Amino acid sequence: MTEPTIKTIPPERLLTITGLEIQGKQDGKWRKVVKGVDLHLNRGEVLGLIGESGAGKSTIGLAAMGYAREGCRLSAGTINYLGKELRNAPESELESIRGYKIAYVAQSAAASFNPSHKLVTQFAETPLAHKMMTFHEAKTKAEDIYGRLFLPDPAGIGFRYPHQVSGGQLQRAMVAMAMACDPDIIIFDEPTTALDVTTQIEVLTAIKEVVKKSNCAAIYITHDLAVVAQLSHRIMVLRHGLCVEEGDARSMLDAPREKYTADLLAVRRQVKEVSPPKAEEPLLKVENITAGYNNGPAVLHNVGFEVLRGRTVAVVGESGSGKTSVARVITGFLPQSEGMVYFDGIEMSPYLKHRDKDRLRKWQMIFQMPDVAVNPRHKVKDIIGRPIRFYYNPGRKETARRVSELLDMIELNDTYLDRYPSELSGGEKQRVCIARALAAQPELIICDEVTSALDQLVAEEILKLLQRLQDELNMSYLFITHDLATVRAIADDVVVMYQGRVVEHGPRDEVFTPPHHEYTQLLLSSVPKMDPDWLDQVLAERRRLSA
Amino acid sequence: MKKESKWIKLYKASPLSARIGLAIIIFGLAVALFAPLLAPYGESEVVADVWLSPGGEHLLGTDQLGRDMLSRIIYGARNSITIAFITTLIAFFVGAFLGLTAAVTGGWLDHLLSRIVDIFMAFPTLILALMILSVLGTSVPVLIVVVALLDATRVFRLARALAMDIAIMEYVDAARLRGEKTLYIVRREILPNALPALIAEFGLRFCFIFLFISSLSFLGLGIQPPTADWGSMVRENSGAINFGILTPLYPAGAIAVLTVSINMVVDWFLHRSAQIRA
Amino acid sequence: MNFLFPIIIKRTGFALLTLFAISILIFAGLEALPGDTAQAILGQGATEENLAALRKELKLDLPLATRYASWLGDLAHGELGNSLSNGRPVADMIGWRFENTLILAFSAAAVSIPLAIVLGLICALYQNSWLDKFLSTSTLSAISLPEFFVAYLLIVIFVVQFELFPSVAILRPDMAFLEMVNVLVLPCLTLTLVVLAHMMRMTRAAIIGVLSSPYIEMARLKGVRRVKIIFYHALPNALAPIINVVVMDLAWLVVGVVVVEVVFVYPGLGQLLVDSVSKRDIPMVQAAGLIFACTYIFLNLSADVLSILSNPKLRHPK
Repeated sequence: MTEPTIKTIPPERLLTITGLEIQGKQDGKWRKVVKGVDLHLNRGEVLGLIGESGAGKSTIGLAAMGYAREGCRLSAGTINYLGKELRNAPESELESIRGYKIAYVAQSAAASFNPSHKLVTQFAETPLAHKMMTFHEAKTKAEDIYGRLFLPDPAGIGFRYPHQVSGGQLQRAMVAMAMACDPDIIIFDEPTTALDVTTQIEVLTAIKEVVKKSNCAAIYITHDLAVVAQLSHRIMVLRHGLCVEEGDARSMLDAPREKYTADLLAVRRQVKEVSPPKAEEPLLKVENITAGYNNGPAVLHNVGFEVLRGRTVAVVGESGSGKTSVARVITGFLPQSEGMVYFDGIEMSPYLKHRDKDRLRKWQMIFQMPDVAVNPRHKVKDIIGRPIRFYYNPGRKETARRVSELLDMIELNDTYLDRYPSELSGGEKQRVCIARALAAQPELIICDEVTSALDQLVAEEILKLLQRLQDELNMSYLFITHDLATVRAIADDVVVMYQGRVVEHGPRDEVFTPPHHEYTQLLLSSVPKMDPDWLDQVLAERRRLSA
Repeated sequence: MKKESKWIKLYKASPLSARIGLAIIIFGLAVALFAPLLAPYGESEVVADVWLSPGGEHLLGTDQLGRDMLSRIIYGARNSITIAFITTLIAFFVGAFLGLTAAVTGGWLDHLLSRIVDIFMAFPTLILALMILSVLGTSVPVLIVVVALLDATRVFRLARALAMDIAIMEYVDAARLRGEKTLYIVRREILPNALPALIAEFGLRFCFIFLFISSLSFLGLGIQPPTADWGSMVRENSGAINFGILTPLYPAGAIAVLTVSINMVVDWFLHRSAQIRA
Repeated sequence: MNFLFPIIIKRTGFALLTLFAISILIFAGLEALPGDTAQAILGQGATEENLAALRKELKLDLPLATRYASWLGDLAHGELGNSLSNGRPVADMIGWRFENTLILAFSAAAVSIPLAIVLGLICALYQNSWLDKFLSTSTLSAISLPEFFVAYLLIVIFVVQFELFPSVAILRPDMAFLEMVNVLVLPCLTLTLVVLAHMMRMTRAAIIGVLSSPYIEMARLKGVRRVKIIFYHALPNALAPIINVVVMDLAWLVVGVVVVEVVFVYPGLGQLLVDSVSKRDIPMVQAAGLIFACTYIFLNLSADVLSILSNPKLRHPK
C-alpha cells in the first residue's frame, strides 16, 4: 500500500484512513470484519457510509475515533487525524480527542444517554472536562443549539432527564451534545433508523442544518440510500468489510458503477400492478373494533375494513398507530370490547381459545422477527411438518412429501430438512416461516412487518416470493407495515391508521393520489426519496403551506 | 455415534476446573453407590478407642464413640447424597412443573401460586424449616418433604421467569394461533428452550439443599444418629476441636469438596450456555 | 416526591401483609400438630393433670379464631407467653440475646459490605486481570463452603495453632470493649467470609452489567476519563442492583448467624432458637422465629424503598 506523502495531502484534509483492518473474535478465533478500507474526509464535507448488516460500517465509524468495541481490535492500517495516529494510541491521547475534536451520535439516544443525569449536565460534561467554558456558558450554548435544532422549550428541556423526553427530541439532543465543543468531525451512526418517518424528517433537517452552518465534517452511517442521499457529498458503499465503490453522491445515484450499488438503488422502486376490486363477499371483515389492553384506555377506536379474496390489504401507520393491535384483535390475542370480526361471513369469537381448529387453519400468520418466530430447538422439517400433522395428519410419508414440496415452493431444497434455525440466515428463516404458514393451506395470511428486520435486498426477495405465491395460490394477505415502499410493492388496498383510528382507506392508487387526508399527506411526504434535493423541496413546500 | 462424539467434543472444550469437579462428583457417586464394598468397617461398628489419630488401621482415625471415621464418611456419602438428591428431585419437579404451567396458563392460578411463593420467599428458609421441624419433629421423610417444598418455591420463581421470557417469543404465539394445547406448548415449545438453565439450576439447587440439610444436621435437627451423615458427624465430633484433634474437619471437608466441585461444573455450564446465546 | 409515596405505601402494605400471613403460618404451626397438641408436646408419659394445665396454658380450650386474636393481641403488647421448658417469660429470655445477635450481625455486616463492594468494584474495573481471576475462582469455591467448615477451619488456625482468640464466645455485661472485640473476632470473621464471596461476585456482575450498556460506550466516546465513568456514569445506575445484592446477603447472614452461634456457643437468638426447637419449646420457637422474620422483612422492605429512591425514572416522573 502506498502512503500518501505530506505534500499530497490537501490543507483541508481532516482524516485519512488507509488499509484499515478490524478483527472480531468469534468462537475464540480472530476473524477479519473489515478487510482493508481506505477513507478520507475533508473539512465541510459529509461522507455517507452505506451497506447492509455485516458490512462493517459502524465498526469503521467507531475506528475513526480510535475505538474498537469489546471483542474487536484494530489490527492493521493507519487512522490519521490531523497528523496524529489514532490506531492503538494511548488512552489519554484518545480521551483528549474524543467528544472534543471528534464527536459521536449513536443510533439509540434513549439507550445512549445516561438515565441518571440531566440532558444539560451530559451536554456540559466534555466542554467542562476540557475547561472550554463554565457550566453557565455551557448551559447558554446548549440553549442556543437546542433552539437551532427546533427543540421545543430550549431553555427548559436541558433540565429534564432522558426518560422525560420523546425519542425524536432525544435524538436531536444527542446531536446537540455532539456539537458542544464545536468538533472537527461528527460521526452519525444510523441516527434516524429507530425513528418513525415523520420524526426522521425532523432529525434529518436538524442534522443538515447543523452540518451546513458549522465548519465541521461528518461521516453519516446508514443502510438507507435515500437518507444518505439527502446529506452526503460523497458516498462509500460497503459490503462484507470491503469498499464496493466510492464517489460523488449525485453521480453515483444517477449512474452507479457496480451492480451491487445498482441493486441497492433499485430496491425500493418495485410497484405492484393493481387490478380493480371485484364486487363480492369479503373474506375478512373487521367491523367497528374498539379495544384496549388490560382494561386500560382504548388503543383502537371504531376500526373497520375488509379484505377481499386473492387481494392484499396493507395496514400502514407509525408506532402507536394501533396497526399491530389490529392484528392482535383479528388473531384473538387481544379480545375487543366492541365490534366484530367476520371470516367468510361467520362471526369469530373474540377469544382465541373459543375458536375452532378449522377456522384457525384458514388464517395463518407470519411474524416480524424471523429469529424468534421459529423455535431454535426444532429442525426445519419439524417446524414445517407440525401444522401438516396438526391439521391433516396424513401419515409420515405424506407429511415428508408435503414438507419437501413446501421447501420447493419457498425456493429452498431438501438439504434444509435437518437444519436448526441457527444454521439459517435471516431471509431463510423468514422463508421457513412462510412455508409453515402455507403448510396449513390457509385462505388468508397476516403478515406483521415481515420485512422490517431484514436487509433491503433480502426483504425484496421475500416480497417477490409472497407475490408469486399469491398469484399461484390465490390467497389473501393482510400486511401490517410502517414502510410505504413495501405498500407500493405489494398492496392492492391500503388502510392508513393514526392514533388508533382509520384515517383513510381504499384502493392503493386512490389513497396515494391527492387529495389526501392531512395525515396521509404528512406520511407520504416524509418518506425520503433517492433524489438528493428531496429534503430541501419538502421543507420549502411545508414552509410555503404553513405561511 | 454422533452423540458420543458430541460429548467428547464437549469434554475437550472444558476447562481444568470443570474436569476436576466432574471427576470428584463421579468419585463421590461411586463411593455412595459401593459404600458397603469400600468401607473397611461397619457403619456404626465400635472398633477402637475414642478419637484415635489418623494412620495405621484407621486411615482417618476414630470418632467420639470409637467408630472408624473412614467407614463413616463412606457410608455418610451414601446417606447424605441420597437424601439431598431425593429432596432436590422433589423440589425440582414440583417447582418446575408449577412454574412452567403458571407462566403459560396465567390468570388466577398464576396469581395464587405467585403470591404464596412471594410470602414464603419473604422469610428465611432456615428459620421456617426450624419452626416447622419443631412442630412436626425430625425424621428423614419429614425432613425431605419440608426442605423440598421450601426449595420448590425458589425453583418455581426461576422456572416461571424463564417460561415468561420464552412465552413472549413469536414461535409460542405461532403455536397458540395454530390452536395447540397448553401441554404441547409447555412440553415442545418452552421446555426444550428452558432446559439448559434448568439443568444448571438443578446443580445449584442440589448444592444448596445438600448444604442446607448438612446445616440442619449440624444443628442436631436433621438426620439423626446413629445414621452416618456428614453434617451430624461434624456436630458429634465438634468437641474434639478444642483438644486440637481435626476429626470434625474431615466430614466438613467432604461436604466442602463435593459442593465446590458441583459449583465448578455448573459455573462452566452456565458460562458455556451464556456464550452460545450471545 | 408525591409520585414515590404511593409506591412506598404499597410496598409497606405488602410487607405488613406478609407479616400477617407469617403470623397465621406460625400460629397454624401449632394447630397442625397431629392429634392433641399438648399430648404431642409432652409425649406419651404425660399425666392428665399436666396435659390439662398445658392445654390451658396454650388456651387450647378456646375456639381457633379467638385464640389467634388473643395471641396476636398479646404479641402487640409484647407478651410472648412463657417458655414450656422452664416456665420463664419468653420476652425476658429473648431480649438480651437478640441484642447479642444484633451486635454480631451488625459487626459482620459492617466489615463485609464495604469490603465486598470495594473488592467487587476492583474486580469489575480490572476485569480478567490476575487479581480478578484469583478472586473469582476463590469466591466461587467459598460460596459453596458450609459455615461450620469455615468456622472450624478458623478455630484450627487461630485457636489451636496460634492461640490468638478464644474458641468459645461468651459475652458478659461487665466486659470491657476490647475484651468484647477479642471474643467477637472469630464469629464475625466466619460470618464475613460466608457472605463476602457472594456479595462480591454479585457486585462485580452488577457493575459489569452496567459497564456494558450503551451510555457507558457513549461516555467513552465523549472522552470521559475512566475514573469518572465509574463513579459518575456507572455507579449511580449500579446502585439499585447492588442494594438488592447487599440485602439478599444480609438474609444469608440471618441464616449463617444461627450456625455460627452454635459453633461458638454464642449466647444469641439463633442458639436459643436451635435449643428450643430440639426441646420443642413452641412459644419460644414462635417468638424467636417471628423476630427473625420481622428483621428479614424489614430488610427486604428497606432494600425495596432504597432501590426505588435510587431509580431516576421513579424519582423524576414524566
